[in-house]
Amino acid sequence: MAKLGHVSGSAAHPLARRDFLAAAIGTGVAFGFVGLGDAAIDPGNFARAVGTEGPVFAPTLWFGIDREGIVTINIIRAEMGQHVGTALARILADELEADWDKVRILHVDTDPKWGTMVTGGSWSVWQTFPVFSRAGAAGRMALIEAGAKLMGVAPTACLARDGKVVAGGRSISYGEIATRGDLSRRYTPEELGKLPIKPIAERRLIGKPVVAIDIPPKTNGSAIYGIDAKVPGMVHARPLLPPTRYGSKVVSIDDSAAKDVKGYLRALALEDPSETATGWVMVIAETWPAALKAAQLVKVQWTAGDAASVSEKEVQDRGAALIADPKAGSVLDTGGGDVDAMLRTARQKVEATYTTASVLHFQLEPVNALAFEKDGLFEIHTGNQWQSLILPTLAKALGRPEASIVMRTYLLGGGFGRRLNGDYAVPAALAAKALGRPVKMILPRAEDVRYDSFRSPSVQTLRMALGEGGKVLAMDHAATAGWPTQILVPGFMPKGTNGVPYDPFAIAGADHWYDVGAQRVKAIPNDLANTSFRPGWLRSVGPGWTNWAVESFMDEAAHAVKTDPVAFRLAHLTGAGRNAGGPPSAVGGALRQATVVKRAAELAGWGRALPADTGLGIATSFGQERDMPTWTACVARVRVDRKTGMMIVEKLTLAVDAGTVVDPDGARAQVEGAALWGLSLAIHEGTEFVNGQVRDTNLDTYTPLRIGDVPTIEIVFAESAEPPVGLGEPATTVVAPAIANAIFAAVGVRLRHIPMTSEAIMQALSHPR
Amino acid sequence: MTSFRINGRPVTPSFPDDTPLLWVIRDGIGLTGTKFGCGIGMCGACTVHVGGRATRSCITPLSAVDGADVTTIEGLDPAGQHPLQKAWIALQVPQCGYCQSGQIMQAAAMLADFPEPSDRDIDAVMAGNLCRCMTYIRIRAAIRQAAGELKGADSHG
Repeated sequence: MAKLGHVSGSAAHPLARRDFLAAAIGTGVAFGFVGLGDAAIDPGNFARAVGTEGPVFAPTLWFGIDREGIVTINIIRAEMGQHVGTALARILADELEADWDKVRILHVDTDPKWGTMVTGGSWSVWQTFPVFSRAGAAGRMALIEAGAKLMGVAPTACLARDGKVVAGGRSISYGEIATRGDLSRRYTPEELGKLPIKPIAERRLIGKPVVAIDIPPKTNGSAIYGIDAKVPGMVHARPLLPPTRYGSKVVSIDDSAAKDVKGYLRALALEDPSETATGWVMVIAETWPAALKAAQLVKVQWTAGDAASVSEKEVQDRGAALIADPKAGSVLDTGGGDVDAMLRTARQKVEATYTTASVLHFQLEPVNALAFEKDGLFEIHTGNQWQSLILPTLAKALGRPEASIVMRTYLLGGGFGRRLNGDYAVPAALAAKALGRPVKMILPRAEDVRYDSFRSPSVQTLRMALGEGGKVLAMDHAATAGWPTQILVPGFMPKGTNGVPYDPFAIAGADHWYDVGAQRVKAIPNDLANTSFRPGWLRSVGPGWTNWAVESFMDEAAHAVKTDPVAFRLAHLTGAGRNAGGPPSAVGGALRQATVVKRAAELAGWGRALPADTGLGIATSFGQERDMPTWTACVARVRVDRKTGMMIVEKLTLAVDAGTVVDPDGARAQVEGAALWGLSLAIHEGTEFVNGQVRDTNLDTYTPLRIGDVPTIEIVFAESAEPPVGLGEPATTVVAPAIANAIFAAVGVRLRHIPMTSEAIMQALSHPR
Repeated sequence: MTSFRINGRPVTPSFPDDTPLLWVIRDGIGLTGTKFGCGIGMCGACTVHVGGRATRSCITPLSAVDGADVTTIEGLDPAGQHPLQKAWIALQVPQCGYCQSGQIMQAAAMLADFPEPSDRDIDAVMAGNLCRCMTYIRIRAAIRQAAGELKGADSHG
């Protein structure tokens, strides 16, 4: 599976190419600290002025040490609940042999020197690990050399520990070395690449418990999110959104009634060369409450785009038609084989179609941005997951070079992929430009939802040829949905074996690790979805629907050949051929997936007798990408009430092999959250596209999981020395199919659409097939 | 003009009486720990105490708190060391953290009413507070831990 780094043409670890420029630098130079003062955030202490003096020793771009020995580590990833700064800082600090109590983290503002700034794909730890390990190692070696010289001993007689260089009974602190030492040691990128990383037994921070640095401010109200940003003289903007995402035009604006609202300034129709906020009207006022009140009184007439007559059924019907079209779509390289011939001749065939409904991000902090121009620099203050993606769009919208725009960093009140698409920065920036004043824009909840890049509905048809002993001989998987990457970053789409580009993130998961003989995976963009709304990346992205289909289908196939679903999976997770895996991150391949399947099944008591109408269902996943596999398995225990169709999810048991776990408690938190997201998407959420808009725009009708819906959850991690991979998403995708499979085990009803509903169960129970 | 006390301090904000209390607190008084989530009282991110009762400030007009004592997350404990806050840190409850001011304020009001809540009590009272990161498992555990600490303090004091 192609990933960001590959497709954009850089190495496997995009950050690995980042030059560890610099080398040691002299006193007072603040490498990696942008602008000082108002720049960047320290999520451990929002009152602290960051970078006022700056580091005096900064051997790489990624950290610096000041005279007090404070190690400040630069984090280019967004903090949105994953405690990413803590996890990444642990990696660097471990190699640096830093005193953790003196480590600070800094979520930096945008600057070209950081390279691509993106937080998503569960990539952060996996991509940063090799870079930060070597940055820390370089720092350690430079400090040992300089410290040895200051103590008048040979570097070989020294070791670094707890923020000090130690030689026998003597020691010198990093702060003192940074103050007095000769810090001219330079490392070329080649030298850095060859630096040895400590053996696992020498790790002192990685894998050990820690309180995440960002947590205390999140308990006392001091944490600052984008919505909290302010600047003197700002005005407030409450947008009025057009009837369709694309193609709407403002016909007239009547704000006569709003003029009585104290503080109301004007209603501004945006002209947007980037076509990001087409047809928007910004109601501007001196205060936010005034903007809210005035917005109710401003009357706007629009002409709507074509999507005004499009609804979910048309989108899904279009998907089904595309799947039936043999010419549609892109064929992935999955080893090939004559799938059609096998399907024609096999002794047994299974075929099923699976669908998923539109799903909202509903991150709790509605999107917002503060924008203004100051000293020739256009500043955008907002929480964002992919600054490098939206900066060119902002440049186009504002008609100014990208280099004259900076995005200031804030905490994100939820990301989940919503803030990968920084479209919300554009209207705020346009309004600030038009008014010549700082503009603070918040989208009220309904507007936030209407502007969401929600998860596209999907249709998938899977077919399987089975032979002697229930062995899979061929598998065919065709999947269609709106493609976020096609709309937002078409340059990141690799080509399939038939030369047709595909959205790697919208099909990942279908290229699974089961041995299925001849295999065809077809990715088909739903053109009607793409033109009617803006499909988005939502936590777990493609595997959120592909794994729903794959793991439901594996269960159906197991039952078709009268084999236990766990045994059937294990029989096809043999690690043969292309599923053998390999370095750097997929050593062990499908056999590691088999191990988590066995582990989850054992823990959940697979095979034991259960009460009536209660069943166990299993599902597994390799996570987001084949070369960054997070081996995950889940068993759901579900009871079905035959009278009402109610599904009671009693327990989820998860086994995860994510390689090295850097921050154990943070890792567990990610799996807890991801699994409950999976549960919420399986049975609590789901909306519908109706006449150009999503049907549900607030919590009165959109109903994510609440505390009382939480089942017992058991999570185990594999002990592993393999490289760390990603954890934010994989557990999301196993829960829905595990539940569907458990429902089948409980009452013999097969559901093929998420969200699964009581109505669907009742209907299936009353119409047994 | 409406006057009230916020975290013990008297204030007379210059906002119209129908302004939601949330925006008076955030934009007028400048305390941003209280969050905006849904605007219809269904997510709980804006929860504050009015006269000790958990109240959704996004649907409470300024006029409704005339003369009242309003407490926000910033005023729950002067040092941020309320037993709930300590438990929230010890069990590492927050992920994105955006809902957690509201969660803690709701839980604090509950513990005042039910010092030893059962899991059912917790689920019932906390049902109005959405956590989109789904930190619910830890919210439950942290409330139990804080209740335990409060009980211990009572029996020793």
